[in-house]
Amino acid sequence: MSPDGSAQMANAASLSRTAGPVIEAQGVNLVFQTADGPVQALRDVSLSVAKGEFVSFIGPSGCGKTTLLRCVAALETPSSGRLTVNGMDPDAARKARAYGYVFQAAGLYPWRTIAGNIRLPLEIMGFPRAEQDARVDRVLRLVDLAGFGRKYPWQLSGGMQQRASIARALAFDADILLMDEPFGALDEIVRDRLNEELLGLWARTGKTTLFVTHSIPEAVYLSTKIVVMSPRPGRITDIIDSPLPRERPLDIRESPEFLAVAHRVREGLRAGHIEV
Amino acid sequence: MRRSVLPVLWVVLAILVVWYVAAIPMNVREVLTQAERGGAQVWGGTAAERQERSALALVARNPGVAMAGWSQERPRLPVPHQVAVELWQSTVGEEVFGRRGFVQTGEFSNRSLITHAGITLGATVVGFLIGTAAGVLLAIGIVHNRAMDMSVMPWAVISQTVPIVALAPMIVVVLNSVGVQGLLPKAVISAYLSFFPVVVGMVKGLRAPDRMQLDQMHTWNAGTGDTLRKLRLPASVPYLFASLKVAIAAALVGTIVGELPVQRGGLGARMLAGSYYGQTVQIWAALLMAAVLAAGLVGLVGWLERRTLRAMGGAA
Repeated sequence: MSPDGSAQMANAASLSRTAGPVIEAQGVNLVFQTADGPVQALRDVSLSVAKGEFVSFIGPSGCGKTTLLRCVAALETPSSGRLTVNGMDPDAARKARAYGYVFQAAGLYPWRTIAGNIRLPLEIMGFPRAEQDARVDRVLRLVDLAGFGRKYPWQLSGGMQQRASIARALAFDADILLMDEPFGALDEIVRDRLNEELLGLWARTGKTTLFVTHSIPEAVYLSTKIVVMSPRPGRITDIIDSPLPRERPLDIRESPEFLAVAHRVREGLRAGHIEV
Repeated sequence: MRRSVLPVLWVVLAILVVWYVAAIPMNVREVLTQAERGGAQVWGGTAAERQERSALALVARNPGVAMAGWSQERPRLPVPHQVAVELWQSTVGEEVFGRRGFVQTGEFSNRSLITHAGITLGATVVGFLIGTAAGVLLAIGIVHNRAMDMSVMPWAVISQTVPIVALAPMIVVVLNSVGVQGLLPKAVISAYLSFFPVVVGMVKGLRAPDRMQLDQMHTWNAGTGDTLRKLRLPASVPYLFASLKVAIAAALVGTIVGELPVQRGGLGARMLAGSYYGQTVQIWAALLMAAVLAAGLVGLVGWLERRTLRAMGGAA
């Protein structure tokens, strides 16, 4: 794929995006065939995400939140229902570089420097060398890692490694950021800080963000929309539009509005359990 | 490095002690026969009767005479200093002071172990490179092609169960009949032995990247070639070097076995010639030379490994 051709595809994607929601799911079902028989991972999932939203998916293990994210990324294919990303089939959107994906583990290659790791997707996508350098510099500054480009991953803390991983997902300028429990393996103090930084990053870049998490405070603090899910079969039990302002200092987490949203999320999670 | 010197020295010392002690009963019958011919009285009856007695008993009853087992001309088991002297004479002695040596003629002597080691080294290195290339290519095929995955590995395993000593002469004869002689037949045998550890190690190495890393490649729409070059191959490097250390030693064994039926020089030829003429000291000297060569080659691979891993950002 030539960089020019794919740039045109990305432009086409951004044109179609203005027409409707960035991500739209209608009655999505996903059944895995396993040795113990079929398992319904997702049942009748319908959801619409507008441009620039920060959407968190929260629920217990096995509720399908990661699976749903993987469907958006075209790493899984729904068994039935309609799912579009930027108005396209998810696989077409993947090929048009519609999204950057941040996994739970940073997944940096130990044999590449931090800059080399961020450059990796750019090399694969065939960006010219000079532009690779410029983009690596820009995203390193964006995640506050300027000056660490020549370090190797083992020389960085877990939190810094995950920031580098986010930088890598941002390097090729996808307008959707998919994050699968990116801070799940970090301690609470580092996590708080990265949450705050992620909000800042989101405000600066305006990326539509889908964020999978186990943590209620994390979901409420970060999101403009919280999707509560429950397991067996994985389904959406509640969708909450957050009343919190976009500007969120850390101490907003002690405000009554915050606690009210957190309470509603908790209720949703509990309701999901009673149903089963 | 320094901490390992002392333990190694202790082990070497223990081996030398066992070696010297074992040489006495090993050589005692021959020693007694020679002493008898020289007119000495020995315990144990005639030579035929002595064959029935245990070597330890013969040593115990002829303590003074048995010590000559350390200085025989053609001992059954030569002692270390005899091997060391032979090794010195057939390398430095031959080249520096010999009539056909390097100092006199400007070429290495054909009686020198240096010449023979060089012949063996050449075939070993060529065979090792062929074997490594074949092993890496096969592993890439196995990882990317299901049919190869199912079919190649069993054959690779079977290939290693055929005794190489039986196979080597056949390879030499068959290649000779189509006009291939010299280094190549030996290199083929050496490659035959060295490709296997490389295949096994590289298949494991190329499959080392986990599901997440492969998914990540997929999200960037990377093709098979990109995934191989940027993820699978770099991830397999530690596995490759572990295999290469085994492969280089196997390549040396293959070359030596390949030299046995050919008798055109090389350490293998030297060993077989020594056994034809009962020159046990010569066999042991060639054996020791082969061991030194193997240690050098494995050390070289280890050095390359450390350099490569450091260049790849290794933490150590």
